[in-house]
Amino acid sequence: MELDALLLARLQFAFTISFHIIFPAFTIGLASYLAVLEGLWLRTGNDKFIRLYEYWVKIFAISFALGVVSGIVMSYQFGTNWSRFSELAGNVIGPLLGYEVLTAFFLEASFLGIMLFGRGLVGPGLHFIATSIVAVGTLISAFWILAANSWMQFPTGHELRDGVFYVADWWAVVFSPTFPYRLVHMVLASYLTTAFVVVGVAAYLMLRRRALEESLTMLRMGLGLIAILAPLQLVAGHEHGLSVYDTQPSKFAAIEGHWQSYQGNAPLILFAWPDQENQRNLYEIKIPEIGSFVATGSWNGAITGLLEFPPEDRPNVAIVFWAFRIMVGVGMLMIAFGLVGGLAAWTGWIGRMRWFYPFLVLMAPSGFVAVLAGWIVAEVGRQPYTVYGLLRTADSVSPVSAEQVALSLLVFIIVYAIVFTAGVFYIWRIAAQGPASDTKPPPAAPAPTTDKKPERDPFKAMDELRDGADGARKEAAQHGNA
Amino acid sequence: METLDLPLIWAAILALAVFMYVVLDGFDLGIGILFPFAGSDTNRNTMMNSIAPVWDGNETWLVLGGGGLMAAFPAAYAAFMPAVYMPIGFMLTALIFRGVAFELRFKSKGAGRKWWGRAFNIGSLVAALSQGLVLGAFIQGTNVFGNQFAGGAFDWLTPFSALVAVGVASGYTLLGATWVVMKADGELAEKARGWAGRSLLFVLALMAMVSCWVLFLDIQASQRWGLAWPVIDLKKLLPLAPVPLAVGVLALWLNRGLQVTKSTYGPFFCTIGLFALGYLGLAISLFPYIVPYRLTVWQAAAAPNSQAILLVGVLIMLPLILTYTAYVYWVFRGKASADVGYTPATPGQRTETLNTGR
Repeated sequence: MELDALLLARLQFAFTISFHIIFPAFTIGLASYLAVLEGLWLRTGNDKFIRLYEYWVKIFAISFALGVVSGIVMSYQFGTNWSRFSELAGNVIGPLLGYEVLTAFFLEASFLGIMLFGRGLVGPGLHFIATSIVAVGTLISAFWILAANSWMQFPTGHELRDGVFYVADWWAVVFSPTFPYRLVHMVLASYLTTAFVVVGVAAYLMLRRRALEESLTMLRMGLGLIAILAPLQLVAGHEHGLSVYDTQPSKFAAIEGHWQSYQGNAPLILFAWPDQENQRNLYEIKIPEIGSFVATGSWNGAITGLLEFPPEDRPNVAIVFWAFRIMVGVGMLMIAFGLVGGLAAWTGWIGRMRWFYPFLVLMAPSGFVAVLAGWIVAEVGRQPYTVYGLLRTADSVSPVSAEQVALSLLVFIIVYAIVFTAGVFYIWRIAAQGPASDTKPPPAAPAPTTDKKPERDPFKAMDELRDGADGARKEAAQHGNA
Repeated sequence: METLDLPLIWAAILALAVFMYVVLDGFDLGIGILFPFAGSDTNRNTMMNSIAPVWDGNETWLVLGGGGLMAAFPAAYAAFMPAVYMPIGFMLTALIFRGVAFELRFKSKGAGRKWWGRAFNIGSLVAALSQGLVLGAFIQGTNVFGNQFAGGAFDWLTPFSALVAVGVASGYTLLGATWVVMKADGELAEKARGWAGRSLLFVLALMAMVSCWVLFLDIQASQRWGLAWPVIDLKKLLPLAPVPLAVGVLALWLNRGLQVTKSTYGPFFCTIGLFALGYLGLAISLFPYIVPYRLTVWQAAAAPNSQAILLVGVLIMLPLILTYTAYVYWVFRGKASADVGYTPATPGQRTETLNTGR
């Protein structure tokens, strides 16, 4: 019974967090993109940027709402399903999550209101500030949640007394050794995810010959970003891999698929079917000698094999092994698209490369695949621990019955299926429609850059609004219709 | 730090966070509960638009409540959450539906629109009732052994918790109705006055019943009020008596604002006052327990350095949060309307002129 509740609680966490991460991964990048678009509009006065803003902000609103509601589920699951973890690690994890709420969630949620509904009520400058605050908020959120996760992956700065974690050094807890790698890796992943969605949607619109000017802008911005970030992500990922090598040998061995230990010159296992039961790989395809170099950067890099760990201390090798290869495979594809697409965007050929668009459409969800696969490597690879090496997952779970966990899991599956299908459907409908692309003047278009603009003085604008709020609201409503 | 009573400070902060949540998301949920009574689609749009810019921020207080409890009182979080496993699950699923309904209702038409309207309504009602069940389970006490929950899966379901659930839902309805009084005008505001008047009766009756019942749940609560039958201790009762008396005064004032003076803002703020008094009454009954009758705030407290580090954050961030929350409310002040905020999707609004390909 105990094991059943444990397995179900793990399934529930895996299911709910997998759904959840899709939306933050997308909105972190999209919020920054929106801030850039609005900034460009204010700077250049070119209305295509605000049309793109108004288009993506609708998609952002739905994605953000889906992220919020699925995130609230996460924040309560620590108590309902993982109460022992909360009791034992609460001193460390609690304040980190508390800081996330205080410094990020309120910021995002409050200024989102202005971002979505405030145009016409606040000046363009203030509106841009609201958008930028939301973008910064999403990044702050990523900072804290990755600090918490990094501590669970490789805990430092704590003391363990009677099974309870106490903080000895907050700096060491927040900035644990693997944290910088994880944060950079995740933020880059979010930006790439968003870039591929933007580019995929733009390519679709180009194929349909909708909003050509705006779509071309999206293509160039997105592909340019991919050309820079995709190779950077390879470097960041490799550095992160080295930190895993140093800190989580059992996860590293599972990623590489090594059962045996090597003192150096290990083979590189490309593909295999890890057989957990019999502690070996089936159907192994490997390149001899180069494994140590690829994984550790040194021909003499020693690799600790899984056999060095007792069977009950090993993660599920096949899942980690394959999720890692999916992630890396998608990453390589991204680099290829970055090279071709970046060149095409730079030379301007992209406007005529219709043969290329269907491939971009196919790549639109690639970021989500890579993010999910990457998190599976990180989280399944940490097993059988919640706090690596110190607190077992089996000792973290709540003393609740398997029936309750099963029932709630079932309900969550049904609810998520309905709600997220609907959400994705509406997102798709808006996306496929394309941005407004007519010559109608958008809201209060600013003059280019630095001339005097008294009516854009936010405080004065607000004073005027105090008298004529109704008029401004009507105006805003008309823009909403545009 | 030695001189500060950190657990006590944290209890106050959490009490504030939960109170903020109850009031702010209370009127959101109340509007959801009142949704089917709106009469027309225009009224429904007005009601939804009046909260669309702020609901997300309001709900963040719930995350602060949960997150703060985990951070400051991990033992209480660990002992209590499994006890209310099911109502928390109901609440979360309900909040999912009503949260996405904001976005999706305005982006759909016809049957889809009706469906998301219903999701908004039922989601709000179930969330309110579930929160009431959680509150009821909290007040009636939790079976704890060795800092972990040791009760059954249905301990939360009692006549008392059911009564509290109805009470919370009617309280939210009153908040929602008086919010509409404040944010709408004309026919809808008049309608909302009617809703408010009726829900006020429910609220008062349920407040009275729950208050009396609490005295019978545990001897410590009745002793606190000096009402441990058959001993009536006036020395304890008299200093506390202003709390229930103020409820009566405020209720009369609220009713006057609704029926006689047709006040715009009065009813809403009177309702907040009623919530504050009910909250204060509960705090008097239950203090110093954070898991009633099992764990006090001192027993359940996190390590002092954990409470201290987050306290620093709260002292810096909370005034900031309150400031910009107030700013957002100020930006969206004044009457709401059906065609400002979300604008309903209507056919034939597509404006791409370059769509010449097919």
